[in-house]
Amino acid sequence: MKKINAIASILAVALIFGSAVSSATASEGAKPHAQDWSFNGIFGTFDRGALQRGYQVYSEVCAACHALRLLSYRNLTAIGLSPDQVKKIAAEFEVTDGPNDEGEMFQRPARPSDRFVSPFANENAARASNNGALPPDLSLMTKARKGGADYLHGLLTGYKEEPPAGVKLPEGMNYNLYFPGNQIAMAPPLADDAVKYADGTKATLDQVSSDVTTFLAWAAEPELEERKRLGIKVMLFLLVLTGMLYALKVSIWKDQH
Amino acid sequence: MSDSAITDDKSRRDFLIISTSVVGAVGTALAAWPLVDSMNPAADTLALSTTEVDLAPIKEGQSITVVWRGKPVFVRYRTAAEIKTANDAKLEDLPDPQADKDRVKKAQWLIMVGVCTHLGCIPLGQKANDPKGEFGGWFCPCHGSHYDTSGRIRKGPAPENLFVPEYKYLSDTKVQIG
Amino acid sequence: MSKFFENPVIKWVEYRLPIFSFIDESVGSGYPTPKNLNYWWNFGSLAGLVLVIMIATGIVLAMNYTAHVDYAFESVERIMRDVNYGWLVRYIHVNGGSMFFILVYIHMFRGLYYGSFKEPRELLWIIGVFILLAMMATAFMGYVLPWGQMSFWGATVITNLFSAIPLIGDSIVTWLWGGFSVDNPTLNRFYAFHYLLPFVIFALVFIHLWALHVHKSSNPLGIDIQGPQDTIPFHPYFTIKDLFGMGVFMLIFMYFVFFAPNFFGEPDNYIKANPLVTPPHIVPEWYFLPFYAILRAVPDIWFISAKLGGVIAMFGSILILLLLPWLDRSKVRSSQFRPINRQLFWVFFVDCLILGWVGANSPDAVFHGVPFLWIGRVTTAYYFAHILLIIPLVSILERTKPLPESISAAVTANAKSGAGE
Repeated sequence: MKKINAIASILAVALIFGSAVSSATASEGAKPHAQDWSFNGIFGTFDRGALQRGYQVYSEVCAACHALRLLSYRNLTAIGLSPDQVKKIAAEFEVTDGPNDEGEMFQRPARPSDRFVSPFANENAARASNNGALPPDLSLMTKARKGGADYLHGLLTGYKEEPPAGVKLPEGMNYNLYFPGNQIAMAPPLADDAVKYADGTKATLDQVSSDVTTFLAWAAEPELEERKRLGIKVMLFLLVLTGMLYALKVSIWKDQH
Repeated sequence: MSDSAITDDKSRRDFLIISTSVVGAVGTALAAWPLVDSMNPAADTLALSTTEVDLAPIKEGQSITVVWRGKPVFVRYRTAAEIKTANDAKLEDLPDPQADKDRVKKAQWLIMVGVCTHLGCIPLGQKANDPKGEFGGWFCPCHGSHYDTSGRIRKGPAPENLFVPEYKYLSDTKVQIG
Repeated sequence: MSKFFENPVIKWVEYRLPIFSFIDESVGSGYPTPKNLNYWWNFGSLAGLVLVIMIATGIVLAMNYTAHVDYAFESVERIMRDVNYGWLVRYIHVNGGSMFFILVYIHMFRGLYYGSFKEPRELLWIIGVFILLAMMATAFMGYVLPWGQMSFWGATVITNLFSAIPLIGDSIVTWLWGGFSVDNPTLNRFYAFHYLLPFVIFALVFIHLWALHVHKSSNPLGIDIQGPQDTIPFHPYFTIKDLFGMGVFMLIFMYFVFFAPNFFGEPDNYIKANPLVTPPHIVPEWYFLPFYAILRAVPDIWFISAKLGGVIAMFGSILILLLLPWLDRSKVRSSQFRPINRQLFWVFFVDCLILGWVGANSPDAVFHGVPFLWIGRVTTAYYFAHILLIIPLVSILERTKPLPESISAAVTANAKSGAGE
């Protein structure tokens, strides 16, 4: 009886929780479609090709406005670039160092140990260049938005040239299906052939969006592959240990049953 | 239950106790490792391991101290006399025998970590009016270790010569330490 | 065991510090335990395990954390990215917090169902409520440390609760902040308390266990131990049962750590705190949701504003648990023999779940035409009614089922019939 009660109540609650809740404030965007990411699931890993193509999209398109300030150039070895390639990439950027012996700050080429150079010196400069909107830092984007990678992919592919009938967009805003409130200051950043891939992959809008999303998912969770790999070992170990503990429990309790 | 069944049970249980304890102990030890390893230098600390030094402003007979990995590095433009004393020292007189030429890449530039090999104090001798010890190099005030003009230990409790870090000349006047 | 105590070294130590007999009488073969404990009695030891894990991982995190508004967020990300196994240590700590509350809530519902709080274990229960309060304070302040958006706005909202206190409220809030908003001084003091409080919890747990060992564990039948035939030694029977429980628990815990580490978290906390922008939906961590619902449910009542009323109701909802041993007058402890109380226990349990669900939703939101505000009000009213009215009334009026003669008699009868509850 008790068990039936418990199960019934849990079921009832699950039913309540599971059913849709209509929100009085229509601030949510549409629910993004789930994509088949290479890093999904307990065995998931990042597709190295997608990572490198995604870095290309980031650096050729996004980096004009969006910083990636939690990453260092040295981290790029993890997406499959060689230390020499990373050194070359870093050297393309200038960082301020110092003070030198004369007490002055000076510019020098970035080293792999330096953080990614941000496109704007500070928030005010970023807003000034973007009609008052602040392009957010992308270092944690897939962890910092509900829906994660699916949402990001939806956002990048979800622009509509014309807003639905009855919706009036203010000057400088764009209509996006998935952005909360549907009005986004960022103009459609990607399109077919937004970049030219060296590996011959056809740069469709969907492809570049997926690639850059994969890259940003890695940027947000660089530990993901190590985490899942270690996780499987830990779970297997715990299964064995728990099994042994259960056998021992049965054996010790034998005289009591 | 027969006697043999009881002993079987008991030996089965003993085996389970021992094997489970071993597996459990190994698991606990492995679980402690991330906590221990987290105290080792982090990736960003390891990446920051080079320092560049500009030699041009240093005059003959002068020393400067630069910071590398949070430690002082002595860079000394040695005089001809200092180089000669360093070369003249007999290896058998040295507590930690090492030829001067094995401690420098260019004879006039001596580059070494300025941390006494005894207990980690910073030896004196960088400034013109510092005590330089009995061998004209450096003198550690903490426990009285004397270093010569090659930074080798000559007298006192320090067991080893001042440590020479890895470095390379980027140009005639630029050195990268680390 | 006796062989162990004949060892001359052990004897030497025992004579000076009887630590081995202390251990033996606490968790060893010298501690008699009711033989009929079921798996719901595993959750206390599991909570103890999590406390140890939290302190161990917390100390390592503290070695790498910087309590400053300019560096806190970055130092946490440095732990995630650069410190060796930093991600693992942090994810264990983050998910450990959620696990701790799950275990303690189950532990408390078990006490509620089986009447473990009743005479002579009233103090045991009361100390437990204080442990819960200390845990809540620790968890709240710990959540502020990463200095994300939810950290900042959670801290702002919760500290502002104190402004509801008449006359001195605003001064108290300024004092809590050490300034005129949640800022660097606030972060630093929260860090200091977050480090201190777990050791207070540890001390409370020690007293909790001390009280436990005076009258021993309660049991599913809720009847007293009458003699040695009713008990079995804690070791090896319950040491192995607890260890097995720990294995199962660790499997669940580690699944979250490795495969769904942000399941219990809020995406907004991966955005650095911005004192000028409030996120659209501020929600506390899940374990505070029922209390958050109670806070928002109270309307203006007579001369008490909704703000003050909400704060009183929220703290009151925990503090009335302290009175439970005296509100429940029934001499029968276990709900197994209290049919009405048993039904109502499940109603109360569901009520708490609904409160949590309400806390996760905006009060303006509507569920099948019913505003959440009203769902919250009804369930809040039931929460208080259950504890303050229904429990006392049922405990007086209810006709209880006959109790078994003794634990051993019930166990033997159970074994014979082969049926088990």
